[in-house]
Amino acid sequence: MGSSCPRPPGPKALRLRLGCPLLCLLQKQLPRRQEQQHFPSLDDKPQFPGASAEFIDKLEFIQPNVISGIPVYRVMDRQGQIINPSEDPHLPQEKVLKFYRSMTLLNTMDRILYESQRQGRISFYMTNYGEEGTHVGSAAALDNTDLVFGQYREAGVLMYRDYPLELFMAQCYGNVSDLGKGRQMPVHYGCRERHFVTISSPLATQIPQAVGAAYAAKRANANRVVICYFGEGAASEGDAHAGFNFAATLECPIIFFCRNNGYAISTPTSEQYRGDGIAARGPGYGIMSIRVDGNDVFAVYNATKEARRRAVAENQPFLIEAMTYRIGHHSTSDDSSAYRSVDEVNYWDKQDHPISRLRHYLQSRGWWDDEQEKAWRKQSRKKVMEAFEQAERKPKPSPSLLFSDVYQEMPAQLRKQQEALARHLQTYGEHYPLDHFEK
Amino acid sequence: MAAFAATAGGLLRLRAAGSEGQWRRLRGAGLLRGLLQPESATGVAAQRRRVAHFTFQPDPEPREYGQTQKMNLFQAITSALDNSLAKDPTAVIFGEDVAFGGVFRCTVGLRDKYGKDRVFNTPLCEQGIVGFGIGIAVTGATAIAEIQFADYIFPAFDQIVNEAAKYRYRSGDLFNCGSLTIRAPWGCVGHGALYHSQSPEAFFAHCPGIKVVVPRSPFQAKGLLLSCIEDKNPCIFFEPKILYRAAVEQVPVEPYNVPLSQAEVIQEGSDVTLVAWGTQVHVIREVAAMAQEKLGVSCEVIDLRTILPWDVDTVCKSVIKTGRLLISHEAPLTGGFASEISSTVQRSRAIQRAVTGRHPVCRVPSTLPDA
Repeated sequence: MGSSCPRPPGPKALRLRLGCPLLCLLQKQLPRRQEQQHFPSLDDKPQFPGASAEFIDKLEFIQPNVISGIPVYRVMDRQGQIINPSEDPHLPQEKVLKFYRSMTLLNTMDRILYESQRQGRISFYMTNYGEEGTHVGSAAALDNTDLVFGQYREAGVLMYRDYPLELFMAQCYGNVSDLGKGRQMPVHYGCRERHFVTISSPLATQIPQAVGAAYAAKRANANRVVICYFGEGAASEGDAHAGFNFAATLECPIIFFCRNNGYAISTPTSEQYRGDGIAARGPGYGIMSIRVDGNDVFAVYNATKEARRRAVAENQPFLIEAMTYRIGHHSTSDDSSAYRSVDEVNYWDKQDHPISRLRHYLQSRGWWDDEQEKAWRKQSRKKVMEAFEQAERKPKPSPSLLFSDVYQEMPAQLRKQQEALARHLQTYGEHYPLDHFEK
Repeated sequence: MAAFAATAGGLLRLRAAGSEGQWRRLRGAGLLRGLLQPESATGVAAQRRRVAHFTFQPDPEPREYGQTQKMNLFQAITSALDNSLAKDPTAVIFGEDVAFGGVFRCTVGLRDKYGKDRVFNTPLCEQGIVGFGIGIAVTGATAIAEIQFADYIFPAFDQIVNEAAKYRYRSGDLFNCGSLTIRAPWGCVGHGALYHSQSPEAFFAHCPGIKVVVPRSPFQAKGLLLSCIEDKNPCIFFEPKILYRAAVEQVPVEPYNVPLSQAEVIQEGSDVTLVAWGTQVHVIREVAAMAQEKLGVSCEVIDLRTILPWDVDTVCKSVIKTGRLLISHEAPLTGGFASEISSTVQRSRAIQRAVTGRHPVCRVPSTLPDA
């Protein structure tokens, strides 16, 4: 049986299983070129194109490790003391004071604007309580021209980039000074000058977009990184999976920054995922990943700084999962006492707050004291109130702006609709609050 | 005025060809012949696969754009992409399988010519492809995304409708993704069934902020695609897949533009306006010929070309002249784009009548439209 067939090249397994007659038949069918291919070490290693791995002859499922997950990198303890001096970024006083002022000014603005929604002055608001460290630590580690794609709870990034209070307010009030022309709900900020892409409400849509922008930056040799912020809830969206996979396969200089704050509105993380958070997903995509203490502004800073350096130098994505806690409600439309205890919230507010921890650090260095604290609180409140009062007084943009920018040029049909609205308002204008709007 | 919308199946069915690729020219007498064509020498009727039949009608060779070359539709697309990558150094093409040339050969040769950073495969993920493309466009670079079949565009619907279409408006023109173009094979091919035949233009027509374009021929395709790529708004370009090889024409080698949002009256007539786009334009051209021959009816044939924003004026002007409108598309009837055309035209005529106070200049039959 076997002797009439020439010794076939081919895997041992094939020889054993198929037997010679079939193999002879195969050989006749195979084109000459394929017959001459040799696979010398086939016996030892798998050759599948899809994975590079050894064989194993023991049946064993990999157990996901959620008891002892990826460790949380931190620089300061909860009292603001540096734990390992070699990790201290040794930032100059002015810079650290800027961190502190940005976080506290944001906090002050949040309090006033949250109240203003409660008083019916603006329609909606989202606070950043507890997450100020994630914004400022990461923003400080970037270049000013690095492009930012956010979700909606990253106002501190804009604050760090000196976005004026007037413009924050203008967007929340939707008044004539709003760069967005009053078209979106409050907190949907955007600023071309500060390289902060306008926020949109759908979650996670920014993730693959950020990857595309990073690809373009790579092609342009721009030495720019793109940073993309999202919450642990948004990370469940398909767009997140798409973004991670594209960033890795297309080798994009991007930092994925996940703010894991424990809740997606009322949904706790135990109902959002079953694996070891978001950081553990990174390696699944081939992405360098780290988990950091998001309430430690220096840990956030160090991780982002290093990620930025390597992302640009090596054209690969980095995933930073910043663990933190959402101290405030999801938004002014939410009352979180419906799904979590006041004690839990108080713990984070009192025992592990990014602002307190940084203040302790500053005070222990002699860079801040109670008197400066008092003066700054007064000053920042005054600044916010002034901007607030000014924003209130301004009119809203003209109704004709309903139709522009849908396309770059206004198509005929939209112009007709715009004219129809103008005629309608001429006849029935008394039924509309036109006094509040520019002509 | 009666407006009538129909699917391709509802129109006069032309004589079926044998297998795909064997087109027989229709003559009036042929209409009455049976659908089955006995072929074998033994006289036994050999059952051939029946496909809907139409004949691609090439346009006359264009003279005003320089040297032309015989190209089919996919070659015309390749030519447009080649021109784009040549003159715009930021332009990139990406999607599933575009690197080796694409499942319809639209990107053959481009990776070798322009490099792997400009013509590249992405993972199999339409929402990623479009999202990624939006991101490229946000930086100002030109992004040409391919969706392998229009049937698979739906995972990207959120990115298209909620993001691409609204990018400029919602940001107050601080940001935009105008340099994004999405291409997708579209429409019936005979054997495509549910998931390789769809015409989803009606879903996107409801979305202000994007443009939707469907060419009928290689010459139109290249010019329209170039216009889409250069247009400062995100565009979706649907390519009738059945025409990729079947449609052959003389097409200019150099770049040129066919304007967007302008319908083309490809045949003038006086009794009824026929409107279609893509493959169906060729069907209604034949219908027009048959109507003339059999019924003595003079048809004005319009290729809409751009679905959004569509050329209301050209269609209305034609209907004012003829008094009758028939719109035909492959997509399902209910909520199909013919409804939009039909309702807009009827509303616009009503305004006309109200404004002038005169009798309408064309006949107004009493039957309600079938749409």
